[in-house]
Amino acid sequence: MSKAPSTFGLLEPFQYEFFRNGMLAAVLVGALCGLIGVYIVLRGMSYIGHGLSHAIFGGAVVAFVMTWNFYLGAGAWGFIAAVLINQTARRTKINADAAIGVVTTASFAIGIALVSRYRNFTRSFDAALFGNVLGVTPRDVLAIAAVLLMVGFIIFFGYRQLLFSTFDAEVAAVYGVRTQWVETLFALVLAAAIIASMQILGVTLIAAALVIPAITARLLTDSFNRMLLLSTLCGALTGFFGMYLSYYVDVASGASIVLLQASVFGAALSAVSLQKRVGSRLLRTLQ
Amino acid sequence: MRALVELENVSFGYGEARVIEDVSLRLDSGQYAALVGPSGAGKTTLLKLVLGMLDATQGEVRVGGRPLRDRPPARVGYVPQLETVDWNFPMTVEEVVLLGRIRRSWRWPWASREDRRCVRQVLEQLGIDSLSRHHIRNLSGGQQQRVFLARALVAEPDLLVLDEPTTGVDARTVDSVLHLLASLNRKGITILMTTHDLNAVAAHVPWAICLNRRLIAQGTPEEVFTEEILSETYEGEMLVLRQDGMLFVHQKPHGHAYSDVMSEVLSNE
Repeated sequence: MSKAPSTFGLLEPFQYEFFRNGMLAAVLVGALCGLIGVYIVLRGMSYIGHGLSHAIFGGAVVAFVMTWNFYLGAGAWGFIAAVLINQTARRTKINADAAIGVVTTASFAIGIALVSRYRNFTRSFDAALFGNVLGVTPRDVLAIAAVLLMVGFIIFFGYRQLLFSTFDAEVAAVYGVRTQWVETLFALVLAAAIIASMQILGVTLIAAALVIPAITARLLTDSFNRMLLLSTLCGALTGFFGMYLSYYVDVASGASIVLLQASVFGAALSAVSLQKRVGSRLLRTLQ
Repeated sequence: MRALVELENVSFGYGEARVIEDVSLRLDSGQYAALVGPSGAGKTTLLKLVLGMLDATQGEVRVGGRPLRDRPPARVGYVPQLETVDWNFPMTVEEVVLLGRIRRSWRWPWASREDRRCVRQVLEQLGIDSLSRHHIRNLSGGQQQRVFLARALVAEPDLLVLDEPTTGVDARTVDSVLHLLASLNRKGITILMTTHDLNAVAAHVPWAICLNRRLIAQGTPEEVFTEEILSETYEGEMLVLRQDGMLFVHQKPHGHAYSDVMSEVLSNE
């Protein structure tokens, strides 16, 4: 049942530790996905977020079965999947979208097969599929913060190399950018970001959180720097308000964050279309 | 003259198909050369071999006296074909041009004072300084060409490589781009470009290289733009006309009288 916020009710959810942890995690994950989403969208890899999160689900199940550390097991799996997709697309006649389809669905199928074989942990993998903010621990928040710091560090110090190879990888290599290294590093960053986001958003919604803030920012600016800032900010803010919404409307946190992001995108699209229409009408009047 | 680019019996192919066959070529420091030939002749492939983007299957490519092995040549500026550019990418003119400084300042995400000074100077030199905050999509073909030329120039190159800088722009822009290249060449930059515009080469470029998978001929346009050489290069009949000290090249259309074509060319000029 939905709860109506009273004057002081806005602070009410913060009395619960699970909410505080969840809120922190949602803001960090929102910012992380917003930041990395810019590169994903501009590289024309929107589908990879969706595919890789499914591949990592397979890795997470394997890590569970083999009693490996979840982050290490799923991380290594995701990284290998990302590199495999990249290499398949580069070295064969298969396009990236088809390579993503093969590698990630096969990996997801491994996860499903193991889940159905070892039925005793089905419930905990529901959380991985659909997100579960109630299960976020301070350790998870720290892990997400560490991934955000790592990604921020890599983007800061590899800013120009990443930008050049995103804009035009072939020409970037002529100007001395080691594009193979950049691609590998990017695959590592992407896998880490998806693993960090899995608990909050769930495998099924990560792609949206990676893509929507970035395309919203793209609508609003023609500058790469501003797009990076806007997308990160949009991700963090929708993470914050999405968590609030999920508490009061009583829906899954991942769904409310993504729905809020979709609404912001819709509003930005309407505003930009309106601005264009008004602008061209004004121009016609002046002529 | 010091050799800046040397190709020694270079061949290249994709699988079984040979794109470049046994090409030996030398470009001296300070030279301005145009690579001409029909589509599929291997012009872009040859540029990519010089830039280290492709490895020769046979022979050796040297730039600045050093063989290219898994490393692109230093001090090279490259202007790719404009049709390969993603015009929707969120980049202003200044952001695109700054990318050319990557060899000199790669550590920090922001541009140094020296970077900004260099970018401003080159944009002024090319007459597009007022466009620095414009998005690259909102420019004319000639301005877009200059933006990518500016990106190549801020790298402070010894060798400037351009892939079809005269394609997709009007005659006036072709003229201004080639004049600009000539003035850069006078400042000591060696230039190698590909083009389909033989008349522009005849008018502006001092050295022409005719390629059709193998090297057909090279020399001044006066020397190599003959009906024999061009017909061999283009595998079709070519007309070469000389009028008032100028050279005009035209492909002989099938089913048209030679005199009709001549009068058409002369009336157009």
